[in-house]
Amino acid sequence: MNNFWNDSACLAVLRRDLLLALRRRSDVATTLFFFLIVSSLFPLGIGPEPAVLSSIAPGVLWVAALLAGMISLSRLFSADFADGSLEQMLLAPQPLALLVSAKILAHWLVCGLPVVLLAPLIGLQYALPNDVLLILVFSLLLGTPALSFIGAIGAALTLGVRGSGLLVALLVLPLYIPVLIFGAGAVAASQHGMSVEAHLSLLAACSLLAIVLAPLATAAALRISVE
Amino acid sequence: MLTAEGLTCVRGDRLLFKNVWVELNAGSLLYVLGENGSGKSSLLRMLCGLLMPDDGAVFWAGVKIKHDAESYLSNLTYIGHLNGLKDDLTALENLQMSARLAGNDISEEKAITALTAIGIARCANLPVRVLSQGQKRRVALASLWLTKSKLWILDEPFAALDTASVEVLATRLGAHLTNGGMAIITTHQDVTIHAQSSQILRLSA
Repeated sequence: MNNFWNDSACLAVLRRDLLLALRRRSDVATTLFFFLIVSSLFPLGIGPEPAVLSSIAPGVLWVAALLAGMISLSRLFSADFADGSLEQMLLAPQPLALLVSAKILAHWLVCGLPVVLLAPLIGLQYALPNDVLLILVFSLLLGTPALSFIGAIGAALTLGVRGSGLLVALLVLPLYIPVLIFGAGAVAASQHGMSVEAHLSLLAACSLLAIVLAPLATAAALRISVE
Repeated sequence: MLTAEGLTCVRGDRLLFKNVWVELNAGSLLYVLGENGSGKSSLLRMLCGLLMPDDGAVFWAGVKIKHDAESYLSNLTYIGHLNGLKDDLTALENLQMSARLAGNDISEEKAITALTAIGIARCANLPVRVLSQGQKRRVALASLWLTKSKLWILDEPFAALDTASVEVLATRLGAHLTNGGMAIITTHQDVTIHAQSSQILRLSA
């Protein structure tokens, strides 16, 4: 990763994907609105009891963030696959895993980061106190990169398969379980005044592991899909 | 420089071709001919390394391309059936991005020069989405005026082009071959390209 920023090809991929997201803002908006709506349905369905809402908040908000990140996953490589840019990425002299990392980073910046930033607003609906909101944002910030990176493996494996959207969900959701447990666990621990350090450390470990290993698996899966 | 030994391609249960040998040296051109479905595109993808041969191997400068992918790929320009263009980016942005991806950082002026060469400069700032099929093809082919790679592998480069553009592209190919470059192309059109040596490989279905 050391030469990531010096590598103009990686920057080109990152810049291209961010530019494309800027030109097609509706894709970003879909993710955000999905998160907003799913997490707003629970208070409406369960009723405005603050004690109940705040006890389900960690799990509900994390699951909503997880699903919001996932609906955009099937688009991660499919457009590049259809228009041939993926072939050109495979034929670039740079290691494919690095280029893939740039793509996943762009996906996180476009679909993950906005959810992290929106989370405290949604948390208010669930009557969460300020210090818990802070832990919620922090846990999402640490955990959502893992979601994008692990999800990329599923997106690459299901490339060109019919009905890939649902297949990605089946492949990827079980792999999200550790991130969900530690992420929601951190928020719940802070609600009960316990230390969140262990949860957050494990969450960061998940993300680091995913950032290092997932691009390699994704690159291998892409090579198979393009054949 | 580029050699392929005994390439075999099986798609599904069907044998597309077997025991194909290719030897290409500086300045030479290889035409791959054959009817639709005879495996021309598969052969080109195999020579690029996108498709693993079911038997045989491809060598660049005597080394298997799998073993030294970086040096092979930095000498290779491949333009396939798909143009590799992003509909929402302009022609100019697309060209610059693809050059950068190939490790070739180019200025806007150079990109404009390339677009002018293939006669598409007036569409430089239009999103590729609004261009016609032939115009898109020309934007993709404009990268041939920017690349420094020695080996060009082009899948039906003349398809969808008008006669004037075919002429321009044939001239560019000729210049590339005169400078010691190599090219492998498939085509159904009768186009004269000036090359010191040209070979024909015929695949039969």
